[in-house]
Amino acid sequence: MVTGGGKIYKELQSASGPIVVVDRVTDVAYGELVEIICGENIRRRGSVLDISEKRAVIQVFEGAQGISLRETAVKFLGRTLEFNVSKELLGRILNGVGLPLDGAPLPFKGETRSIYGSAINPVVRDYPMDVIETGISVIDGMNTLVRGQKLPVFSGNGLPHNEIAAQIARQARIRGSAGNFAVVFAAMGVKNDDAAFFREELERTGALENATMFINLASDPPEERLVTPRYALTLAEYLAFTQNMHVLVIMTDMTNYCEALREMTSARGEVPSRKGYPGYLYSDLAEIYERCGRIRGSSGSITQIPILTMPNDDITHPIPDLTGYITEGQIVLDRELHQKGIYPPINPLPSLSRIMKDAIGGDRTRPDHAHVANQLYSSYAAVGNIRALAAIVGAEELTDVDQKHLKFGDAFEENFIGQGKDERRTIPESLDRAWQLLSILPAESLHRVSKEEINRYYSHDNQFTQDGGSD
Amino acid sequence: MKHEPKLIRINGPVVFADRMGNASLGNQVEVGREHLTGEIITLENDIATIQVYEDTIGIKPGEPVRVLDEPVSVLLGPGILKSIYDGIQRPLDKLKDKSGTFIKRGLNVPAIDLDREWDFRPVVKTGQTVTPLAILGEIPETELVVHKVMVPHKYSGHLSWIAAPGKHKVTDVIARVVTEAGEKEITIMRKWPIRRPRPIIKRLLPNVPVITGQRVIDFLFPVARGGAAAIPGGFGTGKTVTQHQLAKWCDVDIIVYIGCGERGNEMTQVLEEFPALKDPHSQKPIMERTTLIANTSNMPVTAREASIYTGVTIAEYYRDMGYHVAIMADSTSRWAEALREISGRLEQMPAEEGYPAYLASRIGEFYERAGRSEITDHDGTKREGSVTIIGAVSPPGGDFSEPVVTHTRRFVRTFWGLDRDLASARHFPSIHWNSSYSEYDVSRWWEKNSSLSWSDLHRKAMEILKEDDRLQNIVKLIGPDALPDRQRITLEVARMIKEGFLQQSAFSEVDSYCSPEKQLAMIDIILCFYEKAGKLSATGVPASEIMQLPVVDKIFRMKEEIGNDEQAKFTEFKKIVEESFME
Ligand SMILES: Nc1ncnc2c1ncn2[C@@H]1O[C@H](COP(=O)(O)OP(=O)(O)OP(=O)(O)O)[C@@H](O)[C@H]1O
Ligand SMILES: [Mg+2]
Repeated sequence: MVTGGGKIYKELQSASGPIVVVDRVTDVAYGELVEIICGENIRRRGSVLDISEKRAVIQVFEGAQGISLRETAVKFLGRTLEFNVSKELLGRILNGVGLPLDGAPLPFKGETRSIYGSAINPVVRDYPMDVIETGISVIDGMNTLVRGQKLPVFSGNGLPHNEIAAQIARQARIRGSAGNFAVVFAAMGVKNDDAAFFREELERTGALENATMFINLASDPPEERLVTPRYALTLAEYLAFTQNMHVLVIMTDMTNYCEALREMTSARGEVPSRKGYPGYLYSDLAEIYERCGRIRGSSGSITQIPILTMPNDDITHPIPDLTGYITEGQIVLDRELHQKGIYPPINPLPSLSRIMKDAIGGDRTRPDHAHVANQLYSSYAAVGNIRALAAIVGAEELTDVDQKHLKFGDAFEENFIGQGKDERRTIPESLDRAWQLLSILPAESLHRVSKEEINRYYSHDNQFTQDGGSD
Repeated sequence: MKHEPKLIRINGPVVFADRMGNASLGNQVEVGREHLTGEIITLENDIATIQVYEDTIGIKPGEPVRVLDEPVSVLLGPGILKSIYDGIQRPLDKLKDKSGTFIKRGLNVPAIDLDREWDFRPVVKTGQTVTPLAILGEIPETELVVHKVMVPHKYSGHLSWIAAPGKHKVTDVIARVVTEAGEKEITIMRKWPIRRPRPIIKRLLPNVPVITGQRVIDFLFPVARGGAAAIPGGFGTGKTVTQHQLAKWCDVDIIVYIGCGERGNEMTQVLEEFPALKDPHSQKPIMERTTLIANTSNMPVTAREASIYTGVTIAEYYRDMGYHVAIMADSTSRWAEALREISGRLEQMPAEEGYPAYLASRIGEFYERAGRSEITDHDGTKREGSVTIIGAVSPPGGDFSEPVVTHTRRFVRTFWGLDRDLASARHFPSIHWNSSYSEYDVSRWWEKNSSLSWSDLHRKAMEILKEDDRLQNIVKLIGPDALPDRQRITLEVARMIKEGFLQQSAFSEVDSYCSPEKQLAMIDIILCFYEKAGKLSATGVPASEIMQLPVVDKIFRMKEEIGNDEQAKFTEFKKIVEESFME
């Protein structure tokens, strides 16, 4: 951008919510960074959303309170919003716009980058292939996470998504490789408690020194949330693709991000699409989620675990819906499982990992992995139908095979989905457990696994097939 | 300089320029000091609205605008196959050489390598009379495809000169034609405006199926060459995998694959997989017949809007050479959303769900570019080509009553409705037999090409599935035990059809592609079982006992256990099925 910046305008035309209009401007660029000076020491930042020959429409992203038409001045800075990234940011706690919350000054050295990034050229991408073992059976067995994948957690209020994300961050490892790990954590509009939970969690496990936290609290200005993930991902891209680190990015809660976007666009008077969200919510989210993956020429990677709470547990709500259309699968939490006391309450049926198919199997995990996963899906889906039927006609009326399915369903939920908050199961352990559970069902009903696999792994006699046999 | 057009407003990808009185709608323009590519979308007085195909951050009012005297076009010539382009046909691998990992803007690289020399071989002689689209010569473009250099649409007359066999660049003149308007030079490379369909001179009926190797498609809901199909479904229901499957296996000559506002990694996957995969018919890597257009979700939405037209224009060009082309657009919903976003920035009155009122007509125009055509050369030789369009639709919340699905339905004749419950149970392809349909009559082709009757088998299988649907509603209320045995067999055989036949894993070594012969042999065996089981149950043998027969498990497994080229094994297996009822 050509620097025509530095010019100060003393008068605002209008200010409404996070949108400020300044007239009679010259030489201002679209997207230009703006400093809004509300008083001696109060400076906020914003950017130009719409610029014509005489008028600039500005979006403020550090809170619009205190802006007045007469007393506020606006300074155009001649560049976009930038962030100075370096490895020294690891171990630091910053606010939602990249300023320190931990008392120490920001590092001087570093590389200055626009927080908006640019699209990765698809021909430069490298397809994700390395399985991350999270130690959680229902993820590793049925929705395997792969390095460089974007796999969101769809949750609901009061469900243990934070614990699950923390458990993944704590237990995640690549089979047979050490490495150069970092965690970038972006919190948008979260409660103080949630931020503290993650901070303590990272401290407790000694991961904090390889982590950077960006924290925008529920009490912070919502406009800030629109840039928080972009700060975090700018750093993540630097760590992954310039410093060759494996970066896990946890972003919570994307629902708060989307709500801030809705607020901003309605303040601008834009034509909304579904539920008041802007028509370009998909593209906007894609700009965030696509900053992920592996690229040729770098040994690093970005793995994203965005967390979002589904309003009213509704998976068809635009936020989870559009997220699911962009990400490479989803982990869906289920209130019913949670109420049954099962942790982690991950419902495998609506969950999906799109990348796993190429990453699992063979000597990467185990040759039967894909088939076992499919069989679990198929059998557990059948359980749902049979439970519905049993509710009407009574369990006694069911066929023998159907009764076995009911038994399988309960045992599966308790012993495969369910596990301890600190329990780490290896992938072979998870798969063995799956076979033991599948052995509750007659072998002839298992069409997703091959005969050879049945011969090898099916066992009539194990802890789950015996009557009442759950541990 | 006073009358030079300049920018007066920038609103994201939509910018406004004044002093544009001499420009026309659709004209290509260069915007700003960095010469970003744009297109004029409205003109009022002397103010033009321009959609810019690149990021506009940092552009200022007052920057210059240059109007090119031509509409936004694609370059047509050898070198398109095996390439990967963005939505406005910029070669992504060349962009990588210029700007590295991340795509920078303002890079102008021609879509076709202008320096590369191709082997040209003329097929006509000086003095001959030629008509529009007559083939002048051939160039081996890839291992699989011979590129045909054609006479442009408006030219006919006699050839005053044709180049000798030899090496030529795409910009070389390879022929001269004396037309009524004088002598014209013909180069190998051509331009064509993306929004103008290349005309079909004679339309043929779409009654030959595209064989895709996917049973639920070929057997139940076929699409014809020159037809249009839509594949709507919520996220994760299998649109992309199905489109990839079709791109890999379908029996056409050319594939144009458009990643329109979808994931970067999905394009990478194609780039890694296709060069290694062999076409079942020619044994050559399928990349040799493929061109990719990748305008991923994080690339500019305006170029996403253009990508669909770029792709279909390329497809029509190869159709005119006499090739059968299939074009996959994943996803047309993202294209529709791009229309919506641009229209919103123009402050146009929205119709349904914020979409502009012209959404339906745009969808119609796109699908109408499908077709099967015949071209007759001046010497009477005929060649046939086709463009088959397969569009994915991504309805919000998986709800098929939204505008893009409902309008698409009006213009396609094959509809593959994806079902969330099937996908959850990992029943793939999750194309649901009740909500899908095909209106193409391809029975003639099947009668000619197989000994078993596709029409009969198709009808019988559909009847069982319909009956099953009716019975399932009863089962939901009273359980299967209450049904008479005859109907329980119908339920079980329907399950056999669904799980043993329709379900087909894209990732299975053996079953990813299923030959037409294997498809019919499989369903024939299931229907044979049905008939025998019905007879046996009429003699009083309980259904539960019949379903315990050892062949049942084998029927469920035959798709994996018997390969495409083991037709004899099916004959044998059918005998075993029949015999198992004799005991
Ligand atoms: N034919 C198939 N065989 C096996 N698995 C399949 C098949 N089709 C889909 N799947 C499974 O379903 C997953 C999702 O499929 P796909 O990516 O095609 O969905 P989609 O409809 O394109 O979703 P989106 O709209 O989000 O892009 C795949 O990753 C794969 O695991
Ligand atoms: Mg898809």
